[in-house]
Amino acid sequence: MAIALEIKGLRKVYDNGFEALKGIDLEVKEGDFYALLGPNGAGKSTTIGIVSSLVKKTAGEVRIFGHSIDNELAAAKREIGLVPQEFNFSSFESVWDIVVNQAGYYGLNRKVAGERAEKYLKKLGLWDKRKVASRMLSGGMKRRLMIARALVHEPRLLILDEPTAGVDIELRRSMWEFLTEINRSGTTIILTTHYLEEAESLCRHIAIIDAGVIVENTTMKALLKQLQKETFILDVRDGIKTDISIPGFETRMVDEHTLELVLNKGTSLNEVFVALNGSGIEVSSMRNKANRLEELFVALLNAK
Amino acid sequence: MTLAEQWVAFYTIVRKEIRRFLRIWMQTLLPPAITMSLYFVIFGALIGSRIGQMGGFSYMEFVVPGLIMMSVITNAYSNVVSSFFGAKFQHFVEEILVSPMSNNTILWGFVLGGVTRGLLVGIIVTALSLFFTTLHIQHIGVTIAIVLMTSIMFSLAGFINAVFANNFDDVSIVPVFVLTPLTYLGGVFYSIDLLPEFWAGVSRLNPMLYIVNAFRYGVLGVSDVNVTTAFIMVGVFTLAAYAYCMHLLRTGTRLRQ
Repeated sequence: MAIALEIKGLRKVYDNGFEALKGIDLEVKEGDFYALLGPNGAGKSTTIGIVSSLVKKTAGEVRIFGHSIDNELAAAKREIGLVPQEFNFSSFESVWDIVVNQAGYYGLNRKVAGERAEKYLKKLGLWDKRKVASRMLSGGMKRRLMIARALVHEPRLLILDEPTAGVDIELRRSMWEFLTEINRSGTTIILTTHYLEEAESLCRHIAIIDAGVIVENTTMKALLKQLQKETFILDVRDGIKTDISIPGFETRMVDEHTLELVLNKGTSLNEVFVALNGSGIEVSSMRNKANRLEELFVALLNAK
Repeated sequence: MTLAEQWVAFYTIVRKEIRRFLRIWMQTLLPPAITMSLYFVIFGALIGSRIGQMGGFSYMEFVVPGLIMMSVITNAYSNVVSSFFGAKFQHFVEEILVSPMSNNTILWGFVLGGVTRGLLVGIIVTALSLFFTTLHIQHIGVTIAIVLMTSIMFSLAGFINAVFANNFDDVSIVPVFVLTPLTYLGGVFYSIDLLPEFWAGVSRLNPMLYIVNAFRYGVLGVSDVNVTTAFIMVGVFTLAAYAYCMHLLRTGTRLRQ
């Protein structure tokens, strides 16, 4: 399988002396769905900026599908579709013009550009808005417009920098579905996000970057295996009036109908149910707390 | 990218640039038409009739070439500086920077947009001047060559200004405080033969004098300066501006962090 993105010893020192990247290495295989996580100022956007040639690197190598950005920049650029964090289109142009012009910048004639624009605007639910000036779109529509624009030349590597920032839950879910579909059709995707649930739901590989250094680079499965503790939420049928304690387990009453239970990995849940049953408490449902990755993320950064 | 693909990318920029200034014609095409009409009425018809002859021509005939050239210069420059700075300001210049098109394609796409607006305004102003005077172009080749070279040169200069501009004030500084005074003092309204020797010498340091006079030579057949010198000067400035623009794009100065 080809390597979509290969980064070796990448460094970036800005003009003000700030060292944003301290020699990172990264490899993303073709077809992967890859998450790049890190706190604000960790170096995620700088990395993406260098890969997409908007930021100049200080040292190191970057190859996109084998094309070095040092001596095959045009070929490397052709492989990438970029969805940046900030809106970066003309507010006076129509949705249609923005997408068709972007295709033109990649050398696609207007007939092909029009067909592609129609395809992606329809897929992203923007077809009815094609004649509207971009400034009239809602925040979610603007995000989708940037995705359509990034896909119009059909890149093999799609890079999304915080694509669902400020997007409501419903739209976020539909964007996840769309990105999953694009990935299944063969497009490699690299995603930076603050929503760890997003990375956990979508991505197969993950790199965590902090202060310009990669602190973790592994599969999502392997990373989640590192979790020593798991948190479950139990919904209790009849309200619990007093605090409950189960020997050997950490418990916390969220409210009188909800009990949060933390247990070490591998511990049997039977003891919990026996104890609850003995106290006359009936559990109506149980679910895993969604922020597993968040716990790990904090633990990793703290451990550094 | 293949040559055909570069051509598509170039065409895309030019088309976008032309549509941009046509869409906002009230800001781009109408003001020079009104301003120049006022010049024709006031300086040409009202005051000009009392001035008499200038360089062997009626005052109206004398000022028309300079005013046409002034319109071409300011519009070619303004188009590129405002368009490219606008793209920088709203960050959609990134659409171009992430694409695989060459730096030459980017630069000449914007330059042709500026040249087109400069020439279109030049044609509008020329057409308006015909309500006030008649024009018998003496040297058509010189006229076309100097207007083309000048509009290219000032489009390139506008590009440089846009790259370095940090805000909209920086965009208007050069047209207002440099181009307009130099053009006014570059023999648009008078022949430098009227000036005392010292000020005539000072005027000869003004590049606008050569451009205006070369164009006047093309239209009327008279010039205060050597036309060959004017062409060499415009050619050298154009090449220097082009080389500098390419350097800015290649190094990503003020465009890539």
